[in-house]
Amino acid sequence: MASPEVHHLFHAPIADHSFSADRNTLAVTRANNVELYGKQGSQFRLQDELRGHDKLVTGVDIAPQSGRIVTCSQDRNAYVWEPSSTGEWKPTLVLLRINRAATCVRWCPNESKFAVGSGARIIAICYFEEENDWWVSKHLKKPLRSTVTSVTWHPNSVLLAAGSTDGHARVFSSFIKGADARPEPSAWGERLPFNTVCGEYLNGSAGWVHSVAFSPSGNALAFAAHDSSLTVVYPSAPEQPPSAVISISTQQLPFADLLWISESEIVCAGYDCEAFRFSGNEGGWQLTGSVEKANGGGKQGGQEHEESARNMFRAMDLRGRTGGNENTKLPTVHQNSINKIRAYAEAGGQVQKVSTAGVDGRVVVWNL
Amino acid sequence: MSQSLRPYLSCVRSTLTAALSLSNFASQASERHNVPEIEARTSPELILNPLTVSRNQEERVLIEPSVNSVRVSIRIKQADEIENILVHKFTRFLTQRAEPFFILRRKPIDGYDISFLITNFHTEEMLKHKLVDFIIQFMEDVDKEISEMKLFLNARARFVAESFLTPFD
Repeated sequence: MASPEVHHLFHAPIADHSFSADRNTLAVTRANNVELYGKQGSQFRLQDELRGHDKLVTGVDIAPQSGRIVTCSQDRNAYVWEPSSTGEWKPTLVLLRINRAATCVRWCPNESKFAVGSGARIIAICYFEEENDWWVSKHLKKPLRSTVTSVTWHPNSVLLAAGSTDGHARVFSSFIKGADARPEPSAWGERLPFNTVCGEYLNGSAGWVHSVAFSPSGNALAFAAHDSSLTVVYPSAPEQPPSAVISISTQQLPFADLLWISESEIVCAGYDCEAFRFSGNEGGWQLTGSVEKANGGGKQGGQEHEESARNMFRAMDLRGRTGGNENTKLPTVHQNSINKIRAYAEAGGQVQKVSTAGVDGRVVVWNL
Repeated sequence: MSQSLRPYLSCVRSTLTAALSLSNFASQASERHNVPEIEARTSPELILNPLTVSRNQEERVLIEPSVNSVRVSIRIKQADEIENILVHKFTRFLTQRAEPFFILRRKPIDGYDISFLITNFHTEEMLKHKLVDFIIQFMEDVDKEISEMKLFLNARARFVAESFLTPFD
């Protein structure tokens, strides 16, 4: 199988990254700014910088159809960036009305709204108000008891899932009168006024939920928590207990993000610096292996071995001791934890390629 | 390496590796702040259970993890008065030079000799596995250092006593 595409952009953590729909533009967060990279040949070159935040940018998302970019930051603000006719990006401040850091941001699938999670125990659902020419927000507050770590949208653009450091993954309705069409009834609920809690799931050891995601059909919810577990929830009917809650605990370090690649497969990545694949269905789930090994991670092992023999003699020469653990390089492609994982290429409802971005400043595109 | 040191160090190593799963987490108590939660202790849900790994009554390590920081406190072996003084002087020497050590805490936790505070900014700048290696290396070397100093001190005391007492021979 082809080896992964590695783009080492800089030596700073990437909190979030997003590709444009044509995959020619890559937006990554770098400290207080968002950098836009354009694809030239097989490499990404810095093209533009979105400046405006004055604290760490925690989230960036490019809307695939409209091309608008939304960013949020620990300075409590979010901006929507639109390209102007001169080719510059024009920011519009969003009235989030939160008084703690914004932690994550995602456009809903129909791109009329976006959700911003925050440390103020609030999720701000933002939509554009034509009469004021402004992005305004409505708050989801009720059962949230701690910082929201991740938000994700259901394909119907009304239901929203959020993970929080209070150990819960929750499903909310973000139905906004006038802005949304009434959604089809689903297993999550039939009537969905704003701030309906359609589901609330506690992690087994009350660990922080790092990431949540709906399956492609929206009929299952998965979340990864700090106890290194992955939990998949299958709802049965509105206001009924779920038909199955499957929790898989692993021997790995915790997963920071997860992605459904089809209705029966999930890719998780996190503090182990590599991505893992899970597969299963309502009957049960299991860990099927590492994405890195499938991408031909074996050849690096030999190289490492050769290098370490040389390092040993060098260490003996320079420091007068045999360098037992002088290998500063990890065997994985990512040299530090992975923060976000995103779909890169899809075909026939199955994700073919995923991109991961980590603390080491690398964006890697993997073949599945 | 003695028989009981290996499992002790490997236990500390795996605990530290797991504890160093840190993220950049802004304070949810005060606006526009980003502080180590293990020191601030403003939200109980952000702090994990502390863990003590002990080799014997004298030697132990306390690891206190939280969402964006880990505090590691080490109690160094002190068998007698001399070692007590040596450890005190040695850790004082280090903590007064805490700046260039980055992860060293200026004041140890009560009941421990030396403390490290590792935040998410350290794990972002430095290699996580090398930070763990550093602490393990420190734990290995500090015992050696102290016993060497003790031997040296004893040898010197003997030498001084001898030369002092020769006139009375």
